[in-house]
Amino acid sequence: MHFTINGQRYEADVDIRTSLLDLAREHLGLTGSKKGCDHGQCGACTMLVNGRRINACLTLAVMHQDDEIVTIEGLGSVENLHPMQDAFVRHDGYQCGYCTPGQICSAVGMLDEVAKGWPSHVTGDLTDVSLDDAEISERMSGNICRCAAYPNIVDAIREVAAKEEVSA
Amino acid sequence: MSLLDIFSSGDTRSLTMDEPHPSSLLDSGAQGVIGKPLPRVEGPLKVAGKATYAAEYPAENLAYGVLVRSTVSAGRIAAIHADEVQALPGVIAVVTDYDTFLRNAAQGGDTDAPVQGVEEIQYHGEIIAVVVAETFEIARDAAARLRVDYEPGEGRYDFERYRNEAERPPDSQVEAHSQQGDPDGAFAAAAVKVSAVYTTPSQNSAAMEPHASIAEWKEDGTLLLHGAYQMVASDQQQLADALGLKADQVRIISRYVGGGFGSKLGIAPESVAAAIAAKQLGRPVKIVMARQQVFDATVRRSNTEQHLKLGADADGRIVALIHDSLVSNLPDEDFFEPVGIGTHFAYAGENRRINHDVVRLNRTLSGSMRAPGEAVGQMALEAALDELAEATGVDPIELRRRNEPPQDPEKQIPFSSRALVPCMEKGAALFGWADRKAPGSDRRGEWLHGIGMAAAVRSNMLQKSAAQVTLTTDGRAIVETDMTDIGTGTYTILAQIAGETLGLPLDRVIVHLGDGKAPPAAGSGGSWGAASSGSSVYLACELVRERLAKKMGVDPAAMTLKDGRAIAENRAVDLTDLVDENIVVTGQIAPGKQEKLHTQASYGAHFCAVKVNAVTGEVRVERMLGVFAAGRVLNEQTARSQCLGGMTFGIGAALTEELVHDPRNGKIVNRDMAEYHLPVNADVPQLEVHFLPERDINANPIHAKGIGELGISGAGAAVANAIYNATGVRVRDYPITCDKLLAGLPD
Repeated sequence: MHFTINGQRYEADVDIRTSLLDLAREHLGLTGSKKGCDHGQCGACTMLVNGRRINACLTLAVMHQDDEIVTIEGLGSVENLHPMQDAFVRHDGYQCGYCTPGQICSAVGMLDEVAKGWPSHVTGDLTDVSLDDAEISERMSGNICRCAAYPNIVDAIREVAAKEEVSA
Repeated sequence: MSLLDIFSSGDTRSLTMDEPHPSSLLDSGAQGVIGKPLPRVEGPLKVAGKATYAAEYPAENLAYGVLVRSTVSAGRIAAIHADEVQALPGVIAVVTDYDTFLRNAAQGGDTDAPVQGVEEIQYHGEIIAVVVAETFEIARDAAARLRVDYEPGEGRYDFERYRNEAERPPDSQVEAHSQQGDPDGAFAAAAVKVSAVYTTPSQNSAAMEPHASIAEWKEDGTLLLHGAYQMVASDQQQLADALGLKADQVRIISRYVGGGFGSKLGIAPESVAAAIAAKQLGRPVKIVMARQQVFDATVRRSNTEQHLKLGADADGRIVALIHDSLVSNLPDEDFFEPVGIGTHFAYAGENRRINHDVVRLNRTLSGSMRAPGEAVGQMALEAALDELAEATGVDPIELRRRNEPPQDPEKQIPFSSRALVPCMEKGAALFGWADRKAPGSDRRGEWLHGIGMAAAVRSNMLQKSAAQVTLTTDGRAIVETDMTDIGTGTYTILAQIAGETLGLPLDRVIVHLGDGKAPPAAGSGGSWGAASSGSSVYLACELVRERLAKKMGVDPAAMTLKDGRAIAENRAVDLTDLVDENIVVTGQIAPGKQEKLHTQASYGAHFCAVKVNAVTGEVRVERMLGVFAAGRVLNEQTARSQCLGGMTFGIGAALTEELVHDPRNGKIVNRDMAEYHLPVNADVPQLEVHFLPERDINANPIHAKGIGELGISGAGAAVANAIYNATGVRVRDYPITCDKLLAGLPD
């Protein structure tokens, strides 16, 4: 089977039961995406598939041969961090770091959803979707952080969103 | 070189805390990095997905193991039908060892193996075997197919049914039973009485990274295990003892740990299973526990039933303080949740009783979870104080002020430092405590609003800890210790301590953690990590400074180290010119008489504003603020994050977290992250954290105390007290869910 991850083409011979998450972690050496529950409950495995955030533990690798997949490794590198990665460092949007790649991929995908005008459970006016702390918290609630860096995660995302708005 | 050799050489600076340590190089340092809210040094690795956790190390010819659990709660294994799955393509072996597999996970800090032997079943979900295959998918499938026959036995599952058979456990962190004066008599005679029973359910640490081990045997017969551990040195001893090896034949590496909160203090069943399978198959084996197995077969915080009796005079001064607790654990276990640990010194009161009794149950092991004792004990004590405040008509903060003990009320020794009252006063001013209204009186539409507060106390401990520091000829410092960073910020604060004392910017300090071959540290637990491990690094750096001063021919006190240069007597020398060969020294701290001469603890005050829906009983935390005094803050940012985490654990404990045991078999019904309700982002407002400046010279040479567990202590009670203030309904059975509030809410 063939996969396109972070713009790179991979060939892998995997089981039809192999999840997209296990493909990355166990077959391709891309261990940045984390397994916290393997049941789509915690969000630590969040990746971007064709630009949308998904729980990579809940989808089979074989279904994604023609998709553009981005993992945390594809957003930025240690030497050249993505603005969201950089904001998480400066705002201490983590502690143990295990949920962090999922949080960051989720945040990037989430801001794109807001930009497209998709409402959430807490959106007051469905015709005018804007981002405030309540929206960020609601939209990021699929990513559990047991260390509970939530206030710092909100700070980091709010800052990146504001900068994107200025540059847009 | 063995560790003994290091310690017996002249290159070691040891300190036993027998006396106060009034001066600290951290106050006289010139680098200006200590205390600063600097970002974590390992941060870029974590956000880029390049920090390697236990299950992420490559190994040649790796096989995958999936654990198999017991589906009965008591009895014996009659047969494991291994042959039926062994024939499946890709399956390598079904491995078990009835005598050696761990029945219970280990308690933190133990130096011998936990209870072993899995032919006998003591609780539902006990790990009994591992299926090893060429891939994870094959192993998982075979593990699910594996048929096991049992001879079912009788167990004790229902707390209510066996509560009257509770027994007094052996003393551990605290005495199981303790009494002073005549508590029952004083309570009976008291002008004002509060007598209330509070219950807290079993809880799970639920660290995001599940327990995982990669076991690899070396040609010399030693075992290398990449694992997720909080206390590497004692974990190596436990693992070695379990496998019949010497401690130096086991090396654990645990560089990054995806959270612990107590659950990774001791070794868990996957470690021994991986080691045995790897030995048997002659190839490395990786086992990652499924999330459900983490819930079933590692460790829980015990459920508690706490009977608080507070007797006071008409002004609210406590004359009788009784805190009787029932907790639960497995038959073979000495650990008991030390519910009253903070009650011993939190408040004045001449007549006191603090008792703990254990109901023996066939439920998953209970052990340490974040702030064992205080976390649940103060959910009851601090709510009872709120009830006493109401009964006496005294403001809750004033009530606590009136019961502020001048010294430890039981040991009659001074507090090393105690800033509870300043914490409460600062918090009250910042939060707007003066705006608090009468219970149930602030209704806005269908929402009832209220605010509450609670005090936080958490004992401070120092543990033996060692670290090696190398100052290299190119002017860098390398810190090596088997200390861990479980998200607490250890990498960063150790770099800051070395940077401050050696005058180096943080990019010239390298910290290596989590390798069991490095000098043994205190490990991460009990909030002692920063102070204990930090002191060992401090002592090593102190010795490095003396070596540098000698090279310069000056008194160390007259030398300033800054930006990689040594400055003294109007001379400034680059460290690269001063150091002609690497300076390699070890620092070691040990607790001493100071902990007997002073009661040491950290203090804080929590304030919480909630709204409760009068129609549905839904509770929303609107604001929460904590003020803490915990000695020197080593890094304002990571310390704050620790408090955010603790306070959020408090929100979870107050509102949602509960392990539900089936009373018929003890089984944990909600053993995953969807059904065990952890606080999510939307449950937590933008919490506010403040620190009071403090130095504890009696605690250690860096004057810091524990923070990681202070934030959870009392936090849940502040939420509960706010709910009472909003609704006038007192729920004493945590968590405070809608159903428990509904009956008392207005129509």
